[in-house]
Amino acid sequence: MSTPDRTPDMRPAGAVESSTPVHVKERPEGPAAAALLAAGIGVAALGLVTTVAAASETVNDWLRLSESVGPLSGKTIFAVVVWLVAWAVLHPLLRRSRLSGTVLVITAVLVLIGVIGTFPIFFEAFAPE
Amino acid sequence: MELTYREWWALIHGVVLGGLFLLAFAGGLAELYALRPAVETPSGLRTSARRIGVGITSMAVVAWATVITGTWVVYPWYRDPAEDSPRSTLLADESTELWHTFGMEWKEHIAWISPILATVAAFLVLYYGQALARNNRLRYVTIVVFVVAFAVAAVAGLFGALITKAAPVT
Repeated sequence: MSTPDRTPDMRPAGAVESSTPVHVKERPEGPAAAALLAAGIGVAALGLVTTVAAASETVNDWLRLSESVGPLSGKTIFAVVVWLVAWAVLHPLLRRSRLSGTVLVITAVLVLIGVIGTFPIFFEAFAPE
Repeated sequence: MELTYREWWALIHGVVLGGLFLLAFAGGLAELYALRPAVETPSGLRTSARRIGVGITSMAVVAWATVITGTWVVYPWYRDPAEDSPRSTLLADESTELWHTFGMEWKEHIAWISPILATVAAFLVLYYGQALARNNRLRYVTIVVFVVAFAVAAVAGLFGALITKAAPVT
């Protein structure tokens, strides 16, 4: 009797079950921690510089890197540079560490600082009378 | 039905780029949520991880393009010192000044949070790939970062649309 080409359920004879697990290379969580913390630092930097710019005319003028864009040019470039530098520093430092709850909390707090710092009612409260 | 040069750029910034980011969010979120062994086969996870990587990376690129065109192309026209600029128009009337002092002031700053977080989400998907399927905590963190990126972009987009309605760049 010849061997059927297909099993009764129509899969080719000898086919591997589709649910067979495939080995996936495990990567450390450190780079994730670094990316998250760096983003939090960058976002917090945006919030802080926005608030400081509202409080200080001098800082506001320093940030006017482009006349047509105004202080927003300096604020956003500053925040992006801080973010990228933080990421470049944290990635090698944290590469072998875990993504701990502490890192997640710190990141969340930093992002919250950034969101609050960019909220007009908040930063305008620091504007001189 | 002609659009001026400035209106074209406002359209590209708000509707094409910004709209694309906001619309693609739902698909990205659904894909991230479904990246689990209980939902997909191993080969399905491989394909999905690759697809999500391309999708979320594209969204991050679009987010950057949105804020860069908004800040460096459209915003200078908005804040032109001329009396008939959108900013001057909004500030000239007590009933509309909040669109600038609150709406635009919030939008112009909070928008920049979106591409930073979208880039982190893209990095997590590209770096960890299908390993996200087995690391629930990391997958949920990626989802949260992605959702927050969308939320801040939605705030910026909403105020952009409303401010354009009140005082468009023409």
